[in-house]
Amino acid sequence: MTTISLDVNAETHQLELDNRTTLLDALREHLHLTGTKKGCDHGQCGACTVIVDGRRINSCLTLAVMHQGDEITTIEGLGTPDGLHPLQAAFVEHDGYQCGYCTPGQICSAVAVLAEVKAGIPSHVTADLNAPVRLTNAELRERMSGNICRCGAYSNIAEAISEVAGRSA
Amino acid sequence: MRFEHPATFNPIDQLKVIGHPTSRIEGPLKTTGTAPYAYERHNVVANQAYGYVVGSAIGKGRIGAIDLDAAKAAPGVLAIVTADNAGKLGKGERNAAPLLGGPEIAHYHQAVAVVVAGTFEQARAAAQLVRIDYVKGDGKFDLAAERDSVSVPDPKIGGPADTAVGDFASAFAAAPVQLDATYTTPDQGHAMMEPHASIAAWDGDKLTVWTSNQMIAWGAEDMAKTLGIPRENVRLVSPYIGGGFGGKLFLRADVLLAALGARAAGRPVKVALQRPLMFNNTTHRPATIQRIRIGAERDGKITAIGHESWSGNVSEGEPDMAVSQTRLLYAGANRMTATRLAALDLPEGNAMRAPGEASGMMALEIAIDELADKLGIDPVALRIANDTQVDPEHPQRHFSQRQLVQCLNEGAARFGWSKRNAKPGQVRDGRWLVGMGVAAAFRNNLVTKSAARVRLDQQGRVTVETDMTDIGTGSYTIIAQTAAEMMGVPLEKVTVRLGDSDFPVSCGSGGQWGGNNSTAGVYAACTKLRETIAQKLGFNSAEALFADGVVRSGNRSVPLGQAAGAGDLAAEDAIEYGDLAKTYQQSTFGAHFVEVGVDADTAEIRVRRMLAVCAAGRILNPKAARSQVIGAMTMGVGAALMEDLVVDKRHGLFVNHDLAGYEVPVHADIPHQDMIFLDETDPISSPMKAKGVAELGICGVAAAVANAVHNATGVRVREYPITLDKLLEALDID
Repeated sequence: MTTISLDVNAETHQLELDNRTTLLDALREHLHLTGTKKGCDHGQCGACTVIVDGRRINSCLTLAVMHQGDEITTIEGLGTPDGLHPLQAAFVEHDGYQCGYCTPGQICSAVAVLAEVKAGIPSHVTADLNAPVRLTNAELRERMSGNICRCGAYSNIAEAISEVAGRSA
Repeated sequence: MRFEHPATFNPIDQLKVIGHPTSRIEGPLKTTGTAPYAYERHNVVANQAYGYVVGSAIGKGRIGAIDLDAAKAAPGVLAIVTADNAGKLGKGERNAAPLLGGPEIAHYHQAVAVVVAGTFEQARAAAQLVRIDYVKGDGKFDLAAERDSVSVPDPKIGGPADTAVGDFASAFAAAPVQLDATYTTPDQGHAMMEPHASIAAWDGDKLTVWTSNQMIAWGAEDMAKTLGIPRENVRLVSPYIGGGFGGKLFLRADVLLAALGARAAGRPVKVALQRPLMFNNTTHRPATIQRIRIGAERDGKITAIGHESWSGNVSEGEPDMAVSQTRLLYAGANRMTATRLAALDLPEGNAMRAPGEASGMMALEIAIDELADKLGIDPVALRIANDTQVDPEHPQRHFSQRQLVQCLNEGAARFGWSKRNAKPGQVRDGRWLVGMGVAAAFRNNLVTKSAARVRLDQQGRVTVETDMTDIGTGSYTIIAQTAAEMMGVPLEKVTVRLGDSDFPVSCGSGGQWGGNNSTAGVYAACTKLRETIAQKLGFNSAEALFADGVVRSGNRSVPLGQAAGAGDLAAEDAIEYGDLAKTYQQSTFGAHFVEVGVDADTAEIRVRRMLAVCAAGRILNPKAARSQVIGAMTMGVGAALMEDLVVDKRHGLFVNHDLAGYEVPVHADIPHQDMIFLDETDPISSPMKAKGVAELGICGVAAAVANAVHNATGVRVREYPITLDKLLEALDID
């Protein structure tokens, strides 16, 4: 057992955790922040995506004890039902979800994707590494491909992200 | 309310709320992570312990010995349940293989133990210490090898094993143009994003399970039967369901093991099936081998059509009814279908999105494309030439609505079908070979009883309660729209409570019957509530108008809340159906158009464009319904190009049993999708004049992809999925 403090959504939490506890289970089972979902527990589906120090990660693939002092943002930190983040509102408007289980991960990923593009970070499909990165259809779909949606809302998710990014899908 | 005659004008036809593309009312909860799914219900009961499931390591045989000593001694362990100490268990009506195995093992990863501990980490670690000695038995795991030793099943649903009209054999033999081809579809997994999960708590002899299940009443009934306790002692609660696709239609091991674990540990227990366990532990869409024979005149008229299908299952399991649509989709005087079932020891096969038609259309709609090639007739025109407005087996039965031809024509015009080069392999776009494909979409509309309770309070708020579920289909929203339309209140004045076995029994979510039947049940309950309100106010219920939060009759008008008075007014009713489904054939129709690119050097296949045109009765919410169809199109792309539970034929398991090995479409696989609904109302279906739509979208789309690949390359692949290795040789790539 280890005592750690986790900074989640601008709040500091003291926790005594089994060292084997993943960041995902610390959030869901100990802090009861259940917006972050467990879809596979193996880094294969993206449902557990959270933003740590500005970068998106699969919270099931990392142990909570590795994140003392890190700035962690989960879906609950982006907006509330009465005060939606622009991406949350766009997902509602474009029906960018169905069952809703992958949705928090999709939205956390999308927030980070927009930041990655702004920061000029290239992806597998970026053709010209010297030119500014543009959020083309191919870039958007490539960068979001770690987040599986079995309901198949991809076309609508692309519309929602594109609207917030100020472009058409 | 009995629905025995076609619907006439009713309050739904006002379309003030129904028919609008309303955003989902639970959207703000789902997008902020505040909608509570089964495993997340920390607040419903205190002191929850964790269960971790151990699955069988063999596909067939029995357990020789189990050693639990090390596991029991591990830190935090509270209890371990196996078949040895679980007590006598029954089996649910709807389960073929037992949910807790031992000593006999029915299939790989059948649950054999649940380890309960104070934390998840403790339970997981202790589960690794359970030592089991297995005695392997001889199992049958290869459908193709069993093809000649099959039985003639007696299917519970989907029609008889054999059907025949006219003289198929003679007509086929005499036909100037013949097609005789065999297709295969692989085993497929539901792979819904939320694993099966349950929290179980006992209060004396009463059990409550917060779970993730599509059919609440079935689950509660089968849970009671499995445990051997009275049905009224079981309550299931399932307000949010992270996808199902048929995989959560039935009682599964998470529910049973949570309940057994809770009983053994003396405290509430939560269990989620580990993802790598799900594919072999739960059900799947069974693989099929399908032989299709079609005989036609040179002008394209089909004179003989035959469809035979082979699938396998465990003992008591059902066949995949892949031949279903072939009895109804195209005209032709001489017809036959045959369904055969092999005894296999793989995991249990069962319903997955559009069971029957999904597999059947994958084969039939390639066959039609092949026939079009042989005839030299455009595949859109060939389908139109063989349209029928009546049930081909019973010509006195008309389709209630059938706009297949309109779907094909509208789709062809919108997609630019006229630009397709009928000769394969002719169109290049840089390194891409480009092709277009078409397929019909077809899925039956099923009507079934559904009940609801509606309550009106002093503030004029309407609350609907039904055990209906929302598995991503939009049930919350269309039920709220129905109640708002019926009671004459804005959508914000309606509360919808779903997925609790304490509520009236609905149709549940499956077989694309949920939307039409559950809203029709709410319609029935609202009709009764309107009568109750009118009576209370002394109004003639036939003349009372419900609009703008007010009840009007003649020159009197009363705010709805005032009608409720001091206490709530409530009404409960169900929609029940007469013979209209027998008198008429009720089906939904569509057309899929797909453009693919195939890399001329690597044979990589990319879907470039997709369009579906559907006609499926009144569309209650075009936004949610469109999402259902494009989601199904996405799953159809998976079926066409990647989804394949690979069978280890020696050990009897699906090898690729996780989300890395079982590939499903990701963002990069799916282009922008176009989807339109034709205007249609179907008064023969229900008072809502709606039909199912959620499964129509998957029926045919895989064949449209396959046909587009053929048009691009000239290579005809008849074994799904169409992976690039199946194209490479024929493409003659150096």
